[in-house]
Amino acid sequence: MTLLASGDWLWALDGWIVVAGILCAVSAALVGNFLVLRRESLLGDAISHAVLPGLAVAFLITGSRHSLPMFVGAAVVGVLCASLTQWLRDSGKVDEGASMGVVFTTLFALGLVLIVKAADRVDLDPGCVLYGAIELTPLDTVRLGAFDIPRVVLVLSTVLVLNLVFVVGFFKELRLTTFDPGLADTLGFRSRWLHHALMVLVAVTAVASFESVGNILVVAMFIVPPATARLLTDSLGRMVWLSSGFAAAAAVLGHWAAITVPGWFGFGSTTTAGMMAVMTGCFFFLAMGLAPWRRRMGRRTSDQVADSAP
Amino acid sequence: MSELPLAVSGLSVAYQGQTVLRRVDFELPAGSLMGVVGPNGAGKSTLLKACLNLIPTSSGEVRFFGRPYRDVRHRVAYIPQRESVDWDFPVRAVDVVAMGLYRQIGWFRPVRKRHLDQAHAALAKMGIAELAGRQIDQLSGGQQQRVFLARALVQGADLYLMDEPFAAVDASTERAIVEILRGLRAAGKTAVVIHHDLQSVRDYFDRVLLLNGRVIATGPVEETFTAENLQAAYQGRLVVLDRLSESGVAKAVGS
Repeated sequence: MTLLASGDWLWALDGWIVVAGILCAVSAALVGNFLVLRRESLLGDAISHAVLPGLAVAFLITGSRHSLPMFVGAAVVGVLCASLTQWLRDSGKVDEGASMGVVFTTLFALGLVLIVKAADRVDLDPGCVLYGAIELTPLDTVRLGAFDIPRVVLVLSTVLVLNLVFVVGFFKELRLTTFDPGLADTLGFRSRWLHHALMVLVAVTAVASFESVGNILVVAMFIVPPATARLLTDSLGRMVWLSSGFAAAAAVLGHWAAITVPGWFGFGSTTTAGMMAVMTGCFFFLAMGLAPWRRRMGRRTSDQVADSAP
Repeated sequence: MSELPLAVSGLSVAYQGQTVLRRVDFELPAGSLMGVVGPNGAGKSTLLKACLNLIPTSSGEVRFFGRPYRDVRHRVAYIPQRESVDWDFPVRAVDVVAMGLYRQIGWFRPVRKRHLDQAHAALAKMGIAELAGRQIDQLSGGQQQRVFLARALVQGADLYLMDEPFAAVDASTERAIVEILRGLRAAGKTAVVIHHDLQSVRDYFDRVLLLNGRVIATGPVEETFTAENLQAAYQGRLVVLDRLSESGVAKAVGS
């Protein structure tokens, strides 16, 4: 963060930070659409917290911060979190909100306990896990051909491709299982499997993002851009693309604002991840203001509007 | 006998330790329209869901056309309760109808124009062709129910399981649904319909299943839809019967 205190935009540094921000925000928004539409927005919150013990165990076992064990640990715990929540809810003794609250806080606390232990052995700052350290992106690079590419950017690119393939490839199936899981099951599409796949991707995205925007702010990336897009369109296809656009814009504007805005008041730059999340909030409230106006326009033309698959 | 559209034997369902359905047995001949009637909490929706493997069963066997459900999915269409889905979901009516074709379209493959054309035709059959492009949150309850029915029609099934299609719909939708049911029967198809309005049972259905946690009675309407059986199904809830005895059922019961 002190690196950027000068307020100057350096492409070698800021360029990569913005790229990491875009990749992270768009990956999260893509899968976040279906969390929002399932009315399971809080599950994104729950899973991004609950992956912590998965990470910690991966650290403790491997003694390193290699990506693969982390993703495996996260995916396992992500599915565990979703299944436990569902099981508690199906038991009928606790409502959905409470069951989520029980599962993710317990897993998160367990993760925190383990992370503090793991931090003794691995170079890992619990604070960074929570709030991310996107400003450090350019420092840890991997040589790829003639280029030094930040490791975080490589990881996030992989996740973005994964999420994009999932959402575009299974667009029709996601639409069906999200809207009417009962019909999906009777047609032979296993809605529960697709749901678990979605949860795995949410978990993997949360882990990939924890180094950049951190464990808590990634929730804003999951939920706010899709919720914003939903206010502005009645087409699922357009909602997916719009939310990705908002996510990317929040990353660019967020980094710019983190450097520039505090300067207006005589302060040094602030955290980019935080500013990205603030930006998504700004977009949302702007869209809220525009939504009634769009509704009036939309009513007249909705019959001619074609739905577009991405 | 193996071609019975639906044969249920010894079906029991328990939920959270409570038995909801106990040893349900019934058979349904092809070409019949069967109303499923019983008080609230009798397990009517549970029965349909259990038949379709949507919820776990504790015992019993369900055969569709003489085979397990997974072998004959394409011959069975299910219409869930209207409230079971989120009508704020961002899709148009025609997209919802096209969902009925997803099984034919298959994994990964996109919905094409010919599929949408089929969906349009089904909406026209339900008398709401002009609403194809509407967002589903801008449809009335009756129109939403017609969209659900159109979605079942495009599946081209031989057996239709409907969970309260007549609940809270306008009179013209009710007539449209009855038309469709009669059309299905004329084409040799079969339907099981959960129904609440006891007064119209005789008009709409030729068979009836009276349910209250177990099968009270099942068979042709004339023999089965009697005052004794209704008493047994609704037990102390005589208010319902009192009201009925002033209407068509009274005559039927008296004869």
